[in-house]
Amino acid sequence: MDLFRVLVVDDEKDFLETLVNRLNKRNVDTVGVLSGEAAVEEMKKQIFDVVILDVKMPGGMDGIETLREIKKIQPLAEVLLLTGHASVETSIEGMKLGAFDYLLKPVRLEDLLSKLGQAFEKKDTHEQKIRSARIKQLMRFPGRVFDQEKEES
Amino acid sequence: MRNALYAGLRKKITVITLVVSLAPLLVLGGTIYIQFSGMYHDKIQEQIYYRARTQAEAVDLFLKERTAILAAMADTNQFNQVVLEKNLPAIFAVMNQRAGAFIDLGVIDNAGRHSAYVGPYDLTGLNYYQQPWFGEVMTKGTYISDVYLGFRQTPHFIIAVKRQENQLNWILRATIDSDVFGAIVKAAQVGRTGDAFIINSEGFYQTRPRFGGKILDKSHIDPSLFGGKTATLERADQKGKTILYAGSWLNNDKWLLVIAQEVEEEMAAFYATRNIEIAIILAGALAIVLVTLFITRATVARLRETDEKLVELNAHLVQSDKLAALGKMAAGVAHEINNPLAVILQKTGWMEDLLDEEDLRNCKNYEELKASIAKIEEHVERARKVVHGMLGYARKMEPRMEDVDVNSTIRQTIGLLTNYARINNIGIKTDFAADLPVIASDQSQLQQVFLNIISNAIDAIGKDGLIDIKSRRTDSLIIVDIKDTGPGIAPDKQKRVFDPFFTTKEPGKGTGLGLWVSYSIMEKMGGSISFESEVGKGTTFMVKIPVVIPEKK
Repeated sequence: MDLFRVLVVDDEKDFLETLVNRLNKRNVDTVGVLSGEAAVEEMKKQIFDVVILDVKMPGGMDGIETLREIKKIQPLAEVLLLTGHASVETSIEGMKLGAFDYLLKPVRLEDLLSKLGQAFEKKDTHEQKIRSARIKQLMRFPGRVFDQEKEES
Repeated sequence: MRNALYAGLRKKITVITLVVSLAPLLVLGGTIYIQFSGMYHDKIQEQIYYRARTQAEAVDLFLKERTAILAAMADTNQFNQVVLEKNLPAIFAVMNQRAGAFIDLGVIDNAGRHSAYVGPYDLTGLNYYQQPWFGEVMTKGTYISDVYLGFRQTPHFIIAVKRQENQLNWILRATIDSDVFGAIVKAAQVGRTGDAFIINSEGFYQTRPRFGGKILDKSHIDPSLFGGKTATLERADQKGKTILYAGSWLNNDKWLLVIAQEVEEEMAAFYATRNIEIAIILAGALAIVLVTLFITRATVARLRETDEKLVELNAHLVQSDKLAALGKMAAGVAHEINNPLAVILQKTGWMEDLLDEEDLRNCKNYEELKASIAKIEEHVERARKVVHGMLGYARKMEPRMEDVDVNSTIRQTIGLLTNYARINNIGIKTDFAADLPVIASDQSQLQQVFLNIISNAIDAIGKDGLIDIKSRRTDSLIIVDIKDTGPGIAPDKQKRVFDPFFTTKEPGKGTGLGLWVSYSIMEKMGGSISFESEVGKGTTFMVKIPVVIPEKK
């Protein structure tokens, strides 16, 4: 089975680096970026299963904007929001926009890993559903499969 | 200071109200009194005026009748006939029959000699030539005398008419019964104090007055005061009582018919009315004074209450603003602290990760390092709780529906307070119903409610005690009872427990917002908070959470 692919977006470099290292050490294929803009660029380059996104990133795209962009680029990627307590409301807004869940900073790695696990699981289920839907469609309209895939990506 | 202000206000309102309401009443009362008194007085005067005039006319008529009949007798009889002793009684009889009140009748010749007489006295032969009236009759033709005692020493008066018979002048003279005459005058006497009499122009009584003298006494009334035909005047009598007099001159211009009446008696009805008026005004004034005092007192009290509430409210608003600002600041500070905490936590985690690598595991200080990292993590966790607690307090928001396990929420809350409870030697006992459903509610808000109540319970106990937390379920509610062994809440403070800013803690220790916030949270959720407390035994708070089954996703 493939490694899970995770993108971490946080403007706090120390935090970002450490988290990336720790996740990688636990066999989660993790990439870290320092801004929303960088995240968008990265999402365009490669596919991620889960994005861990800091909600509050001053000076640039904030968490919610980044979330919107990410969902445009890779709708199937699950997004975990990281938040200081002050932006819980924003996080809830993010969940309305399709984020999987939110976690309060400072987060313990165990909590983060368990949430990640749930997110992967959800993504898997989701993908399987889509896959089986496609198979059904394939049976009915064999010629349209590729068009469909283009529309979705 | 404030007391003086309200007392002054009360005084001012009272005085103004009293002046404004009493003044018109008194002015009205006074005006009516004066008007009515004047009117009544005028009426009495008028009445007595007409009585005097009418009575004078009656007396005049009486005199005129007597004079007329006397004149008729004189004119229809000749001197030589009337002087005959047998004829005069017949004439006398006719006169008394027609008019009455004649006592005697006499004929006086032009020399003043009483030539013939019929009556109870023997006056024949008396000569009147020297009497002043004799001359007057001879010149004027008729004469009515003043009342006098005369030869017979009883009060009487005479009417005399002159007959001119060829060259011979003679006089027919009659004496009028004073009693009959007096009775006519007396008919004008009214009431207890009314008097009616006649005085002559010198002021001597011509009829017997009811009070104050005998006939022919000098009266204390000066007839010259009565001008014109009829006049009224007021005089005080010897006893100081005001007497109203009406005097009407008779046609002979010598006699004044006087009607006297004590003003007091005449005014009695008026005085009765006046007394009623005074009573009404006094009662009205009393009512006004009492009502004014009462209303003013009530108004000022109400005003004061409102003012005090306003002051309180203002204080609350100021504090509320302050707290909101504090909350904002706390949120900002917390966020700034959270970020470094997150880094620290990650770094320690990373250190742990690295320590687990084999070459380091054999390092002699491995255990020491591991323990230090654990300590750092423990304290990061502590700092995190503080920050989150601070933020939870500062934040206010609409309830968010999420899946909530009430028991575990309580457990988490207790977790936040365990240390606090332990250092005060307070045990926290839990007894959770196992069958509580997961409900759709707002966990962080519920947690805030429990936090407030439990930390209050700890504060209330102070040191050494027990907090007993039970959860149970009814059809539509999850009920959490939080019972403490604190001192209880005094009955007079019980109804203020949920008021904002109400606190029994020392100044600076409690904001007085906890239970208020909790109350509003529970209300928004559709639940409630209530409590029962007994001084000396403790307090039990009851949190009722509505059971809302979460929608299946």
